[in-house]
Amino acid sequence: MVSAREDDSKARRFRAAALPYLDDVYTLARYLLRNPADAEDATQECYLRAFRHFDSFRGGPIKPWLLAILRNVCRAEYARRGALAGQGEDLDAAEHCTHGLWADDAATPEATALGQLDADSVQQLIAGLPAPFREALVLREMNDLSYREIAEIAGVPVGTVMSRLARARGLLRAAWIAKEKEP
Amino acid sequence: MTCDEAGLLLHALIDGELDAGHAREVEAHAASCARCAGQLDAQRELRQALHAAPLRHVAPASLRKRIDNVLPPPVAATSRRALLKGFAMGSLASAAVASIAIVVLRRDDDGRILGDAVSAHLRSLQADHLTDVLSSDRHTVKPWFNGRLDLAPPVVDLTAQGFRLIGGRLDFIDGKPVAALVYRRRVHVINLFVAQGLGSQPATPRLDVVKGFNLLRWGAQGLDYVAVSDLNRDELEEFANKFAAAARAG
Repeated sequence: MVSAREDDSKARRFRAAALPYLDDVYTLARYLLRNPADAEDATQECYLRAFRHFDSFRGGPIKPWLLAILRNVCRAEYARRGALAGQGEDLDAAEHCTHGLWADDAATPEATALGQLDADSVQQLIAGLPAPFREALVLREMNDLSYREIAEIAGVPVGTVMSRLARARGLLRAAWIAKEKEP
Repeated sequence: MTCDEAGLLLHALIDGELDAGHAREVEAHAASCARCAGQLDAQRELRQALHAAPLRHVAPASLRKRIDNVLPPPVAATSRRALLKGFAMGSLASAAVASIAIVVLRRDDDGRILGDAVSAHLRSLQADHLTDVLSSDRHTVKPWFNGRLDLAPPVVDLTAQGFRLIGGRLDFIDGKPVAALVYRRRVHVINLFVAQGLGSQPATPRLDVVKGFNLLRWGAQGLDYVAVSDLNRDELEEFANKFAAAARAG
């Protein structure tokens, strides 16, 4: 069967191109959804969607394309949670977050050196960042994307990526120091 | 440069996103501003701390397996080689054989239909694969499709116009079973695929060229037609027009 043969070829090319980035996709899903089970479902959905739309992939690096699809899957999940809980997070709204550890980062002294925190604690701190900042930080630090690639995925100008990163790092550093002071 | 600007741009600096000119400006500002110098050091330190910790997640093996199971399996490389060998033993020029290894399709439904049509055409040129019903008699070819397809393709005799009916067979385009009518002009084979539901087709034949083959598509009386051949464009158009006129005349 002709169509079956071409599907086979497509499957082979897709697997070779996309599967090496499974950890990248899963990592972003974990940070965006903050729940391992949801992250697994979103990652699987991302790969299914990516395969369905592989014909429209225009070449170039495939990692940003996959992560953009993952982000759309996560947005749908955010919307579902929002509908369930009557309130939700929005990946696109960079709201201010002023409670708990997230006091104004401007108050953090620059001279304070960061102490050691275990990976779990740092992951929790990142998970506490407001979604737009968290997304920018993870795409940059974990997925190693350029500002331009992040801008395309988030649908914002490059300057906004830079300011979100600055805000994310400021908040994270303040939270890091606050966490160290916890008994 | 103000401290506000430097406070933002220092992130681009440590991320390697600044051009040399702006990088020098930020560094010059930090050299003369203790507060911004402190910020720069603090952010570099944070960056190092982040990179020192294993913060990336590793997809569980069970997830990898789940995804592996839901994606269509890849074709085995050996069967593809066997396929190409099959083509090579046919009457095709080696250049054309090499080109089928690269599945170059336009990235939309039209592209898939055209690609399927060319693939079906190529396959039909293998020995003993051109026709399932071998007859130049349209009264033999047309009834052969009864019960094999849920459509009745018009089969017309164009011998007088220089296009000899060879026969017909079943084929597949876009996953749908279609009728393939086979005509011959001199040494050139024309596959005319007749189908339903291939998407909207133009009333007058439209030309596409895929992998060096000419394709003409049109729609008439609720049926979709795709003619594929290595025949030159003018003669293929002549074929399409004559077929369409004869089919209309019934």
